[in-house]
Amino acid sequence: MSFLIKTKKKLSRFLKVFFRKRRARIGIYGPPNAGKTTLANRIVRDWTGDAMGPVSEIPHETRRARRKENITITGMNGNSVDIDIVDTPGVTTKIDYKEFMEYGLEKDEAVKRAREATEGVAEAMHWLREDIDGVIYMLDSTLDPFLQVNIMMVGIIESRKLPVIIVANKIDLPDASPGRIKSAFPQHPVVPISSLEGSNVEQLYEQMADYFG
Amino acid sequence: MQGIQIDLISEERLSSLTSMEKIRLILDDVKQGNIVVLEKGLAPEEASRLIEVTMMEISPDGFSGIEMETYPAKEGGAGLAGLLSRISGKRPGSRLTVIGPANQIRMLRKDKDLISAWVSSR
Ligand SMILES: Nc1nc2c(ncn2[C@@H]2O[C@H](COP(=O)(O)OP(=O)(O)O)[C@@H](O)[C@H]2O)c(=O)[nH]1
Ligand SMILES: [Mg+2]
Repeated sequence: MSFLIKTKKKLSRFLKVFFRKRRARIGIYGPPNAGKTTLANRIVRDWTGDAMGPVSEIPHETRRARRKENITITGMNGNSVDIDIVDTPGVTTKIDYKEFMEYGLEKDEAVKRAREATEGVAEAMHWLREDIDGVIYMLDSTLDPFLQVNIMMVGIIESRKLPVIIVANKIDLPDASPGRIKSAFPQHPVVPISSLEGSNVEQLYEQMADYFG
Repeated sequence: MQGIQIDLISEERLSSLTSMEKIRLILDDVKQGNIVVLEKGLAPEEASRLIEVTMMEISPDGFSGIEMETYPAKEGGAGLAGLLSRISGKRPGSRLTVIGPANQIRMLRKDKDLISAWVSSR
């Protein structure tokens, strides 16, 4: 390597360290209905008092990535981290508007929701490639974690070398099995919570402060 | 003759294609109602773009997306190759991958080394 290139590399690394005081952008990813928006709302409410976005039992309620800036999270051990939270649309490989009609939506409305949902998923993938510094990957612990889309998404996140915390959500439900999620992703920290009831979220906050700090 | 076409694409053929050519090949095939079997799976970056392009091509009463199943990557594996891959931190890519139109195929991974695909004709 020539002296010039070496110097240039050193300089750019130096500049990066100096100017990188940008807050980490943490994306909440996962399949539709895992509880991503419920968690985003809880985080935002717990640490800023505001709200993030609407929650629904109909899949693809969140069809635009939403960002909430400048949240300081402090763990029980006193560690803290400044982040932006990005709530993303659920990632999937298929969307059929007829599925929304089963929830009682009219055809026009269902088609519109489907189109927005497809745009939202594409946008979420784009965020992941360009703008995200860390990931909370959210799963419904009553469901099979070995779905292809989960394996694929965690593979994509790993290939980008982003730190990831896996959240096993909905542990308040009787058939929740966070253990199954732990065995599916032994290479990452897994935190079982109920984002609806708030159980064990303190452990998640502590993990976030340690892992994303 | 009525039926369903299955295209098996060899590792050699896949490695001669660019990422975008692979994605195009898969989606054009699947949109015609065919099942595609890749001898070697997609790289994570390619999978990410495949999801993105799939989403952009979904249309009401037309293409509704894909269903996809693959064997998980061998965890490093045994012997020298496994050791090398562990040292280099390089995870081996995913293996045989089956992709089909979402409205015609249901896939089930029975366990880590058996995939069942149920296909309906249109
Ligand atoms: N029982 C239970 N339900 C939850 C929990 N978190 C979210 N939900 C419900 O799951 C559905 C989807 O939640 P939402 O946050 O919109 O999911 P998203 O699509 O991942 O953003 C809603 O009906 C929520 O009330 C939880 O911890 N326990
Ligand atoms: Mg949501």
